[in-house]
Amino acid sequence: MFESLQLLWIEEPGRGLSLLNGFYHTIQIAVGAYALGLTLGLCGALGKIHGSGITRWFLEAYTLLVRAIPELVLILLLYFSGTAGLNALLLSLGFERVDISGLMAGILVLGVVQGAYSTEVIRAAILAVPKGEQEAALAIGMSRTQTLFRITLPAAIPFAIPGLANLWLIVTKDTALLAVVGFFELATETKAAAGSTRAYFTFYMAAAMLYLSLTLVSNRAFSWLERRYTRGRAGSGAM
Amino acid sequence: MDWSWLPEYWPKLISGLWLTIELLLICSTLGFFFAVLIGLVRVSGPRWLAAIATGFCTFVRGTPLLIQLWLIYYGVGGLFPSIPGIQDSVLWPILRAAFPYAVFAFTVSVAGYVGEVMRGALAGVPKGELEAARAMGMSSFTVLWRIWLPRAVQNVFPTLAGEMVLTLKATPLAATITVHELFSRSTEVRQDTFLTYEPLLLVAGIYICLTAIIVVIFRYLENRIPKATLA
Repeated sequence: MFESLQLLWIEEPGRGLSLLNGFYHTIQIAVGAYALGLTLGLCGALGKIHGSGITRWFLEAYTLLVRAIPELVLILLLYFSGTAGLNALLLSLGFERVDISGLMAGILVLGVVQGAYSTEVIRAAILAVPKGEQEAALAIGMSRTQTLFRITLPAAIPFAIPGLANLWLIVTKDTALLAVVGFFELATETKAAAGSTRAYFTFYMAAAMLYLSLTLVSNRAFSWLERRYTRGRAGSGAM
Repeated sequence: MDWSWLPEYWPKLISGLWLTIELLLICSTLGFFFAVLIGLVRVSGPRWLAAIATGFCTFVRGTPLLIQLWLIYYGVGGLFPSIPGIQDSVLWPILRAAFPYAVFAFTVSVAGYVGEVMRGALAGVPKGELEAARAMGMSSFTVLWRIWLPRAVQNVFPTLAGEMVLTLKATPLAATITVHELFSRSTEVRQDTFLTYEPLLLVAGIYICLTAIIVVIFRYLENRIPKATLA
């Protein structure tokens, strides 16, 4: 039991370094996918609220499908169709085929999944902003874009933070699913290290602890952020 | 699109579908039972027990289910064969199969996530109602069974529907530990026929139908129970 702990050490023959390397990739993929998800989510939310009938229908289908299909199936579907589709597009435009790096593919696939969930969170947050505030902004002569960026979105942030915090925790854990497609993130590195040393329990426990530490640190950060953004709001403590 | 493989693999897909449903129902039921226990312990249990339950929920919710599944199957399951004499015991067929490990892992996961939900739900039932029930002479168990639990479930019913959908969406992970549920059957087809999309699209469609069924059943049940009056 205890001699297997030496396998976690940074120096050879310990596998600590490859685990930490995988952890670093996991964080990279999670940050990228989260940022992409937020961008898609913001566009999706605005499209759902202000878009035309066809935009709304398309976005409804997007959020519904992503939320009803298991992430594992979605990741495979998006991974295969995404890489094939991108190459078909590039070839038809007269470019060379590209090999999409694991990192980029992981970010794209998880970002599209995150986008659907972010759409719902951001939409609900925007709708929670009192209409009067936006009407007041328009009334004093702000353009629609100005109203959006100066009034609606800043006022929507406190409503969105709990949901968005939850999504960050989900994306960090969803990166583990990429192990099925074989990206070099923490779950894949752990599987390889555990398989070659046969110290399964030690390695999976170590990986679990790394993910857990990320979650705990994130929790702290988000509760700080939430306190900061709800400061001075009526009933801020009770939200 | 090439669907000529469908008749040949249909029986396998159906058996995979049943295994998925079986896994979902067993783990949701067992998980909900433990979730209620966790909720009770965290709301009204002794402090040391509540701390353990809170730690359990934090661990389950803070680590990926895939890692938990592998930890239980490869990590814990891998330790069993080293115990002398275990291969002759009556438990060995259970310890050797993958399905029980999947059931255990998903049950633990449901207990962790729903336990957090039930903690809030149980804590949210007004104290006065429980005191009134006790004043009427109900035993603690009767209070729990007739007042506390129904009132708590009533308030989080839509959340429970969401958790069940999440559990369904987690079941394909069992394929990674050789449980032949629906998703693993589609992988089998993909490896045999070299088709990329068709099997995946088919199972995606089936999962959408299962999600829709869960949503419809829960909405039906929700309409049958009286509306919650709590904020």
